[in-house]
Amino acid sequence: MAHGNNSNEKVVYVGDSRVRKRETVNSIPPDYTSFPGRSEAFIPNFLLKEWMVGCVVLVGFLVLTIAEPPPLGYPADPTNSAFIPMPDWYFLFLYQLLKYPWVSGSYVPLGVMGVPGVAFGSLLLAPFLDTGKERRFYRRPIATTLMLLSLVSCYYLTKVSWDHYQHELEITNTVPEHIEREEKAREAAASGEEPPSATKPKEDVALVDADNAGVKTIMEKAKCMTCHGTDLKGQAGAKIPSLHGVGDLLDKAQLTEIVTNGKGGMPAFKDTLSAEEIDTLTTWLAKQKAAQ
Amino acid sequence: MFKSVYNWIDERLDVTPLWRDVADHEVPEHVNPAHHFSAFVYCFGGLTFFITVIQILSGMFLTMYYVPDIINAYASVDYLQHKVPFGSIVRGMHHWGASLVIVMMFLHTLRVFFTGSYKAPREMNWVVGMLIFFIMLGLGFTGYLLPWDNKAYFATKVGIQIADSVPYIGEYIKVFLQGGDIVGATTLTRFFAIHVFFLPGALLALLAAHFLMIRKQGIAGPL
Repeated sequence: MAHGNNSNEKVVYVGDSRVRKRETVNSIPPDYTSFPGRSEAFIPNFLLKEWMVGCVVLVGFLVLTIAEPPPLGYPADPTNSAFIPMPDWYFLFLYQLLKYPWVSGSYVPLGVMGVPGVAFGSLLLAPFLDTGKERRFYRRPIATTLMLLSLVSCYYLTKVSWDHYQHELEITNTVPEHIEREEKAREAAASGEEPPSATKPKEDVALVDADNAGVKTIMEKAKCMTCHGTDLKGQAGAKIPSLHGVGDLLDKAQLTEIVTNGKGGMPAFKDTLSAEEIDTLTTWLAKQKAAQ
Repeated sequence: MFKSVYNWIDERLDVTPLWRDVADHEVPEHVNPAHHFSAFVYCFGGLTFFITVIQILSGMFLTMYYVPDIINAYASVDYLQHKVPFGSIVRGMHHWGASLVIVMMFLHTLRVFFTGSYKAPREMNWVVGMLIFFIMLGLGFTGYLLPWDNKAYFATKVGIQIADSVPYIGEYIKVFLQGGDIVGATTLTRFFAIHVFFLPGALLALLAAHFLMIRKQGIAGPL
């Protein structure tokens, strides 16, 4: 053994380890009792109180998660051109900043490097920029003012960005996908059905009486295929519905109303098509039901 | 009994100084809300850590179900949320906790800033804290893509576009994040790896440094 408990050695170790055998206890740092004021021990006195605060926070947090389920929209579809992008809320100030003309386009280096670089750089290096001994914020007017200004501008940018998003939702008449989905699930639950699955693609419904020459002529005249597609399956990305199985969703009267007066992004066809043509068309559309 | 076990370990590992540092240190009066209620502002750091622990635990449970590929990612999140018992709550904790941790960290940063606690000799701890802040934002950004719904996909696309507009190195950042020419299958696996291994690893190391320094230097004194 390299280091026996030989009392002649200057340093005595525990066994053959490098832990020195202690003779006295004075190597222990001072505990809280040697500090002045009403200090208290971390364990157990303070930790117990801290745990109580922690429990209150945890209960509040769990109530939030139960009351407000996490949002989930529809599966990512890169061809979806109508989706309004929305970063998480704590990136909104940066997102909004980059929309201003003086930090975008040819000035974009200023927007992505300059402004955030100076802001985050000075925040990172704050102790080396504000080197005075004074700690009270009201005696440090420059540091305090700069911080308050940054806070106000972050708040302002976030608010503008959020209002802009809400406005965009309104003018495009869009319901955010996770809300739409939740709504549909709730409706399905209320009527006692299975909630609609967003993962399984809908089964393809074949067209009924697909070779009807009269209908084909009318459709070519009205240019239905331009939007609903040559296969009449619509464009999911642009929220243009498929006409396959449309008879399951709408009856003839509703179809006539939509074709005659339009709906959402679809134009009215009362000037393009005659009443008989619309009648022929909607009779055919109403027949588009899934095979039983 | 405990005392003799403690002494047995202490003789071999000399844990008393360590125990003093970790648990038996003083809590000064000016940071103790029991004495001055306004001292609750000193709780935000601890609460940030508390939420971080929740994030780590709930994240560990999420990876039991989550599949990081573009075919199954959405389906696995959907299954977790709607079919697995309490899955919605576990995902909810991770989702809302991600926002809450930013809020708490923000409040903690403001407290440290306005009390001037970052001043000498605590400069290094402030810098480490800011690095933790950036890591957290990175965790938020990479985690946002993982459910692979439209919101996730298009937000990531915008984020990568912004990174792409950085002069000179933007193109490289873009390719590094995307793992290819488009936001797609490789992006998802990359973001998953960054979110679950790289950033948490860095976060734990920085947290260790943060706590080591606060114990070494103690809490800043009263104003």
